[in-house]
Amino acid sequence: MDDPRAYHLSMFDPDNPTRRWHDMGGDAAGPVPTDQHDFSMWEKRVDALMIIGAANGYFTVDGLRRVLEDMGEDAFEKMTYYERWIASVNRNLIEGGAYTTAQLAAKMAEVSARGDTYGDAAAPK
Amino acid sequence: MPHDHHDHDHLSPSGHPYRADDDTSLSYWQTMEIAVRELLVEKGVTTAAEIAAQIETMDARAPSNGAKVVARAWTDPVFHAALMENAGDATRNMGFDIGPLHLIAVENTDDVHNMIVCTLCSCYPRNLLGLPPDWYKSRAYRSRTVREPRSVLAEFGVTLPDTTKVRVHDSTADMRYIVIPARPQGTENMSQTELADLVTRDSMIGTGVAKTP
Repeated sequence: MDDPRAYHLSMFDPDNPTRRWHDMGGDAAGPVPTDQHDFSMWEKRVDALMIIGAANGYFTVDGLRRVLEDMGEDAFEKMTYYERWIASVNRNLIEGGAYTTAQLAAKMAEVSARGDTYGDAAAPK
Repeated sequence: MPHDHHDHDHLSPSGHPYRADDDTSLSYWQTMEIAVRELLVEKGVTTAAEIAAQIETMDARAPSNGAKVVARAWTDPVFHAALMENAGDATRNMGFDIGPLHLIAVENTDDVHNMIVCTLCSCYPRNLLGLPPDWYKSRAYRSRTVREPRSVLAEFGVTLPDTTKVRVHDSTADMRYIVIPARPQGTENMSQTELADLVTRDSMIGTGVAKTP
């Protein structure tokens, strides 16, 4: 979203500006989806990184949620749960000084050069 | 074994169906997960062993833990009282790692049926029951449960008499709930182990009831 106004509108209900998008209790919605999945290794790793990052004092659950909520409704609809979580964990770790954005970019380039599947990329040669 | 064909009707130990192998093409967010994990190890924040141990700890948390708590509450009046007074302490005393959060047990009776939800996010008694099912985190469940719990329950196949009061508990990051389902009739002579087999994950969320023997 390049237009800052569009970003703002996605975050707040103009009729009720204190209520943000994630506060969805009471909204109308369709049937509860019944699809379920067991968690894949990369999702379990994201969960573990959240716990370990928090245990090391880089952020709290509130920090995790702040980034998730600031990502907006668009991210909620388009990204999976653990995709949103790794984005938030990463943002919090950078803010907490665990590593820099430049270090992340370099590492992500290195990782994606290892192969085309998660299995290949997750196993450094 | 990564190439076993999983039976779709079968649930994994965590209570979720198995999923297909993860050999799809590498996504941007998977790349980020690998990068973040390796950076944290390189910086000395954590180790590969610590990450593996954390995953193992989380995998070991499953609805069967909660089922043991419920079965004990059904049969042990002293424990039942302690659980209703302070579910965090009572379950910690059973050896479960509940962490610093407040855990509150809410009990179903003939008159009251309890359900739990997290309207704001996905807060769930994960330290006891493991990770929440996907539907618990869905917009539909989060939105509708506080407004029309009976129609949500109907989708889960639970129909309650009009005289039963439905009480919905909205969880927060610091305060999590577990539903103690009503003990089914005809279970008077069953052991705690047998009783625990009747306690389903959904019955502890309030979207189900305990199985009858």
